[in-house]
Amino acid sequence: MHVGLEQYLTVSFLLFALGLLGVIMRRNLLVIYMSLELMLNAANLALVAFSRFNNKLDGQVLVFFIITVAAAEVSVGLALIVALYRRRQSAHVEDLTGLKL
Amino acid sequence: MDLVDILFYVFAALTLGCGVLVIANPLSRNPVTSAMFLVLTIISMAGLFVLLHAFFLAAVQILVYAGAVIVLFLFVIMLLDLKAEARRKIKIYGLIAGLIAVGAILALFFKNLISTSPNGGSPPTIEGTTEALGKLLFTGYVLPFEVVSVLLLVAMIGVILLSRKKLE
Repeated sequence: MHVGLEQYLTVSFLLFALGLLGVIMRRNLLVIYMSLELMLNAANLALVAFSRFNNKLDGQVLVFFIITVAAAEVSVGLALIVALYRRRQSAHVEDLTGLKL
Repeated sequence: MDLVDILFYVFAALTLGCGVLVIANPLSRNPVTSAMFLVLTIISMAGLFVLLHAFFLAAVQILVYAGAVIVLFLFVIMLLDLKAEARRKIKIYGLIAGLIAVGAILALFFKNLISTSPNGGSPPTIEGTTEALGKLLFTGYVLPFEVVSVLLLVAMIGVILLSRKKLE
């Protein structure tokens, strides 16, 4: 079977689903963050595949921006996690119930 | 089936297999193993980018993700003491909720994929070389490029502010 856009999109969908499952299932903030990275990467793969099979480079430029924004997001998020850990001594979402009534 | 197709299946299997091990490793709950499998996922995804002729993005993917983001993750894991976290179990209702949500979204994706059948048209000829991408980036996308550089500066200042010892 010749590999076309459909195969790449299938891989991207499955990777996105894995990331979503990780965000919902896991309770450790760091692993939730890694699952978020998986979801961003799935979107990147779909964009690169679309760019290749539509003969346009714009998708790849968008992926470049997504990678940059993801790097900024990870640095800010990890700084927040460290600040949270200093205050609560835990990086586990079930211990962070400050908004619960 | 030629070599490119075989390589696609190898890299796709590696990406998805390591992705499963990132979120649910049966042998270890340690975040360090998750981070290591995330590295493998990202490197095999760079292989997929090469197969899609996006050479510049494959290099950037390895440099930025495997080189910078994962190192940052590992630093934070070492900084926090997560020994107690590693022993906690996955809750069963969380697993069920996750499977329902993921099943619903996958059904939606594949329904659209089957009903539209995007294949067809001329074979792709585009090359994502550094030169082509750079030309596009510095002509049509100059403003977003500059905005992103400001965003990186803001993120850097924010991180320095957040990680000070005392917040006044």
